Amino acid sequence: MTRRIFNRLVWGLVTLGCIYVITFLMVVSAPGNPFAAAERNMPPEVVRALEARYSMDNQAAYFFQFLAGAVRFDFGPSFQYKDWTCSQIIARALPVSLTLGLVAMLIAVLVGVPVGVLSAVRRNSWFDLTSLGFILIGISLPAFVTGSALLIVFAIYLKVLPIGGWGRISQLVLPALTLSLPFMAYIARLTRVGMLDVLGSDFVRTAVAKGLDRRAVIWRHAFRVAFLPVLSYLGPAAAQAMTGSFVVEKVFNVPGLGIHFVDAALNLDRGLIMSCVLAYSAILILFNIIVDLLYAQVDPRIKEAA
Amino acid sequence: MIGAPATSRRAGDRRPERPSSRSWRRFRANRLAGAGTVFVLVATLIAIFALPFSLSWFDVQNATTAVRHAPAVGRVVDQAPYAEAQGSNTPGSWFTWAGPAVYRVASWWGHDNLGRSVLFRCLLGFLVSLVIGLGAAVMSVTIGVLWGAVAALAGGRVDAVMMRIVDVLFGLPYILMVILLKIALEGPLIRLFAGRTQLANVVLLAVAIGAVSWLTMARVIRGQVLSLREQPFIEAARAIGAGRLRILFLHLLPNLVGPIAVYATLVVPQAVLQESFLSFLGIGVQQPVPSLGRLAADGVQAVNTFVGYWWLITFPCLLLVLTLLALNFIGDGLRDAFDPKSRTTLLV
Repeated sequence: MTRRIFNRLVWGLVTLGCIYVITFLMVVSAPGNPFAAAERNMPPEVVRALEARYSMDNQAAYFFQFLAGAVRFDFGPSFQYKDWTCSQIIARALPVSLTLGLVAMLIAVLVGVPVGVLSAVRRNSWFDLTSLGFILIGISLPAFVTGSALLIVFAIYLKVLPIGGWGRISQLVLPALTLSLPFMAYIARLTRVGMLDVLGSDFVRTAVAKGLDRRAVIWRHAFRVAFLPVLSYLGPAAAQAMTGSFVVEKVFNVPGLGIHFVDAALNLDRGLIMSCVLAYSAILILFNIIVDLLYAQVDPRIKEAA
Repeated sequence: MIGAPATSRRAGDRRPERPSSRSWRRFRANRLAGAGTVFVLVATLIAIFALPFSLSWFDVQNATTAVRHAPAVGRVVDQAPYAEAQGSNTPGSWFTWAGPAVYRVASWWGHDNLGRSVLFRCLLGFLVSLVIGLGAAVMSVTIGVLWGAVAALAGGRVDAVMMRIVDVLFGLPYILMVILLKIALEGPLIRLFAGRTQLANVVLLAVAIGAVSWLTMARVIRGQVLSLREQPFIEAARAIGAGRLRILFLHLLPNLVGPIAVYATLVVPQAVLQESFLSFLGIGVQQPVPSLGRLAADGVQAVNTFVGYWWLITFPCLLLVLTLLALNFIGDGLRDAFDPKSRTTLLV
């Protein structure tokens, strides 16, 4: 087991290295100069001094310089935020995105699973059809539309929740809810399909025939089996929720990493782009490793195969 | 959906049904997929027939309708800017006889705060979104099928390296890749299209989104080819001396049509949605070119500042939702038709 974890971690580091190379090549080959865009008509000496400050004059040296810093979690200065280093920006913004993603996943599971079970148990009832409608909307409306709709209803008309920002729990509700919607929809539909499958199986019929309590059959017998596909979806979904909250962060003005990355990409802030990509990728890789190891614990068949 | 009755087949017909016609029969029995297909076809036809008008009018600003731009049924709105536009852009008879009527219909849908017609922007935006989605699908199918098939056929070390590359790319957050690709490819593509930046930008979006959505495709195709490779008919083909390329294109690809069709159809709505996110973040299609995502994002901003301009958000969003649902239904229908055992459909 320890050996497996070690192997996975080493492979994760190799992957991270490859991602660094790819990102570096892309960023370096991007046209344009971050200084030319921001302040025009600078004297050539100033431009040269700035380029030296941010190691723009020698790409190969920059490659190794950034790498050497990144190993020590020191990602160098940001072009755009002059008073901040990239490490400081990430240290402030990453926990925000992580919290948002985790709370969103929590909401998605807490709502999605019961909805899925109920709509499977009461198949074709009004509840099933209504939840289906919401699921379809959750899957096909972009987050900025659902987010703005929630904002208008709860923050502008009802005035029960703040418009945006970060720090208080009330400010977390709307962004987390918006971010959770597509995941909630998918979890509900996975649960529903799984439950319908299990409810038709022999052991459930036997349990009902024995005269067991209906609720016990649904939750203790059927649900345990039906939950497995949902469980395997949760890992990638959580990683996706934590690294894919750009749009939601922008709608609700949440100071997460997504906003910084998009700004960095638009401003060609090389150091910040690469540190954001590395931070995001590290999370994705770490999550994949954790999830794989957890599966091996949950499902003995996988453990044997490995 | 599953096990639909074989109405099209006469009793007593003992020939085994061809797999392709069996899939087609299952697909036709799926009502939602049918409705999706009809919606996409009808909307595309309308958008294409409206193309002469929408292309010359989508960017025409109008001072009168910029002030009073609510949807107006039966109200006569200032037509002067449109007359000017038709004179300067397309001096065709098409505009002289159909123009006023088409324009009146368009004003029922309202105008945006620059006085531009919402209907024409929606119709053009629908086509732009669809083109981006289809382009991304073509792109991801081409790369994914070739990558997966070559990896599976080559086997050994080549296979290992190719699939490790896919693993690495899976470790990159999806939208980051699109943004980075966009930055990296922008210059070369604009040069390629000789300075037609708007067209280059649309192509760029399709390429960037397509270039990141081929990973799943490559994995699926590799798995399929690996299992097909061991089947007797491939062995037979090899035995009579067929080359690798001949086996790939004549024997393997026809058997991969099912998964390819399913994944390609599901890439289209994904790409449309991704494009809308990019447009919202300001890196999608560039003004004044509309796409459904761009229009929805603009509408959201307009509604946030002046609550009450509901038509700026309702019409684009409605079209976006219907399009995405229709495309998803088609994809799910195809999956049911080609692979009845799969369990992740929208509806059971």
